[in-house]
Amino acid sequence: MQMPAPSASVLDRRARIVARLRDVLPAEAVIDDPNETRAYECDGLTAYRCPPLAAVLPGSTAEVSAVLRICHEEGVPVVPRGAGTSLAGGALPTADSVILGVARMREVLETDYDNRIIRVQTGRTNLSVTGAVEADGFFYAPDPSSQLACAIAGNIGMNSGGAHCLKYGVTTNNLLGVTLVQMDGTVVEIGGAHMDPSGLDLLGVICGSEGQLGVVTEATLRILPKPEGARPVLIGFSANEIAGECVSDIIKAGILPVAIEFMDRPCIEATEAFAHAGYPDCEALLIVEVEGSDDEIAEQLGLIRQIAQRHDPVEFRESQSEDESKRIWLGRKSAFGAMGQINDYICLDGTIPVSELPYVLRRIGELSKEFGLDVANVFHAGDGNMHPLILFNANKPGDLETCEAMGAEILKLCVEVGGCLTGEHGVGVEKRDLMDVQFAPQDLEAQMRVKDVFDPKWLLNPAKVFPLAHSEARRAG
Amino acid sequence: MSVDTASVLRPASEADLSEAIREASAPIAIRGGGTRPVGRPLPGAVLETGAMSGITLYEPGALTLVARAGTPLAEVEVALAAEGQRLPFEPMDYRGLLGTMGTPTLGGMVAANASGPRRVVAGACRDSLIGVRFVDGMGTVVKNGGRVMKNVTGYDLVKLLAGSWGTLGVLSEVSFKLLPRPESAATLVWQGLDAAQAVALMSAALGTPYEVNGAAHLPDGRTLLRIEGFTRSVAYRANELAVALARFGRSVTLDREETATLWDAVRDVAPFHGREGDVWRLSVKPSDAPALAAKAGGEALFDWGGGLVWLLLPQGTDLRAKLGAFSGHATLIRASLDTRRTIPPFQPEPAPIAALTRGLRQKFDPRGILNPGLME
Repeated sequence: MQMPAPSASVLDRRARIVARLRDVLPAEAVIDDPNETRAYECDGLTAYRCPPLAAVLPGSTAEVSAVLRICHEEGVPVVPRGAGTSLAGGALPTADSVILGVARMREVLETDYDNRIIRVQTGRTNLSVTGAVEADGFFYAPDPSSQLACAIAGNIGMNSGGAHCLKYGVTTNNLLGVTLVQMDGTVVEIGGAHMDPSGLDLLGVICGSEGQLGVVTEATLRILPKPEGARPVLIGFSANEIAGECVSDIIKAGILPVAIEFMDRPCIEATEAFAHAGYPDCEALLIVEVEGSDDEIAEQLGLIRQIAQRHDPVEFRESQSEDESKRIWLGRKSAFGAMGQINDYICLDGTIPVSELPYVLRRIGELSKEFGLDVANVFHAGDGNMHPLILFNANKPGDLETCEAMGAEILKLCVEVGGCLTGEHGVGVEKRDLMDVQFAPQDLEAQMRVKDVFDPKWLLNPAKVFPLAHSEARRAG
Repeated sequence: MSVDTASVLRPASEADLSEAIREASAPIAIRGGGTRPVGRPLPGAVLETGAMSGITLYEPGALTLVARAGTPLAEVEVALAAEGQRLPFEPMDYRGLLGTMGTPTLGGMVAANASGPRRVVAGACRDSLIGVRFVDGMGTVVKNGGRVMKNVTGYDLVKLLAGSWGTLGVLSEVSFKLLPRPESAATLVWQGLDAAQAVALMSAALGTPYEVNGAAHLPDGRTLLRIEGFTRSVAYRANELAVALARFGRSVTLDREETATLWDAVRDVAPFHGREGDVWRLSVKPSDAPALAAKAGGEALFDWGGGLVWLLLPQGTDLRAKLGAFSGHATLIRASLDTRRTIPPFQPEPAPIAALTRGLRQKFDPRGILNPGLME
């Protein structure tokens, strides 16, 4: 993976740039000691690291605006950063860049239950948005696995999803408004407490733009009343194909579960050894969760049971208690940790049409043999968002490269069957060089034109999303 | 491609469409079924998308549908109903309100981001739209998104195209995420509440876990809540809601058939059909709606729990001047050509947003030939 060479002119002006940043921020909010900037050298994609020129932690929209104005005048690239949990390298710096972190901006600005909205500063973590309203019976729906740590700023940047988006949608479907600071320091309010814009849907294109269009400092989010109850059922199958058919039949029957999670044998075995959730010995396993009152849950689970019976399940375990529900989710939720204990891994994020599930799982198995690396599959089956985990040994020379090459083949496969490279993690640097697989040059050109409008000098997170060859002329300009 | 006597361009394929736009040397007025003549009146030759028609992919088990932009909405709805599914956002039919004929198309629906009562919970058209193909103002074919419902690969131009009224590109193909059609439905009706009480009731209802997916207050004083789902669940929730909201008075419950008719009327703003006057559409924070509607005068229909207010006002009323500064936006949906030339139909934007919007139009349609000025 290549990053552009740092600008010598920016590096030469380092002292002056840092001094100007100190003029507009409190002393502790500007970090330029090389021992301390190391903390910002990578995000959740730890394979790639580079300390930034400096890191700044502004405490308000006005301070963000002042920082961006200076960087704009000085021609310094800026890499926005939420909590640094991106698995795609969305917050990876270059040596000539300033990391702009929103971690000090965590306040709840307004909660309004009548209108079902909350307005927060974007450094607030995903889970603590729900934390601010749950005592009053509300929650914020998007629930990425990293929700304990990840920030709303990053959720908006990557348009994060989660396990429950089959029913509740992803970030973009739950975002009503933002305060956006443009690269030249201009502050704009887009959207608000009302629904849908009158003019062009700028909010729609800002969400998921990976910090390349502006820095979002505040957000108005939709909050929802908590369901009366929720209960999962665990269904084991003798083959991946059969589990896939069962998913399709549940959806066709008119049931809309809040989550349908899928795990294959390697994943079941690893999590069982790690978390002892009591999962059955089988080839594939579904966790299906439904919501409502006790009677409504019983009715939906009854229908799911009927459908599952047609597919000869090796196990059908309906949760009878809160405790049992937790145990059913335990294995799924500890899947990544379990794999991490076995080995190093990379986690892919391609989405496929649900109907292609059996074929894609079979092909992944073949690729696994070809490349000599094990793969475990755990994913959101209702929406086709796969998470193959490819296991490798970071201490073995060449293993990471083999793993990445295999990952690229799997993502190409996802695109080939009508899917996409990334369902919820984002492109970042990780999938940047595969964008040509999914998009024709004119498709990427259309996207880059949007950046031209918001950030004409291409200073915001410039080396991400678009293959470097495509963006070169613009970054140089 | 055929060019009929009134010099209407009718491209039969995306390639035709691309060629027509590339070769255009003057403004083009883009038309799906011609049922939504909203915005500034347009000059120029008409380009009709109706010949680019047909469902290209429908996978009920994956809840996804892909179709060419000129496909009639009715054709799609029939295909979905056959599998017990539907579009989640309940698109409005503008014909009754605007007195137009013609056949609403998928492309027109997307270009208008047309969303009905269920929008308050299920999201707008743009929320269910998962992929587009379009031709920009230079004739270049662009694709974005796809046919899977979770996709963050690159920028989301899908949302940008929804509600752009043809000013960034002409849609050639659109993909949707679908929902199952519910087994049953019911509507709870209260009589005689004023707007403030009605919005308070609707807010309280939308804050319960009973999954209300329609909340409207009609000019005749009825306040409506809709619930949908499995039969027993609908009965249960209808009862729970009536109890939880008893402080607003007694309600009556309508069955599935009555519910369908009533909400079609809400969706299409039936109370204002054939009535004299201009029609405005106000998008605001629900709790602001009663005071704004009172300030506007005229008749009001509140949908989306108060978040959407349809207003019937005397011809030529400048609603924005009457309201002064407020949070949200007002769009003039129905008025004479003269009024639509004097009062901007779309809400004027603050300078920095107008600059971004102008910049995007300039990039996607540098010659300014696609529905030029429609949204200004």
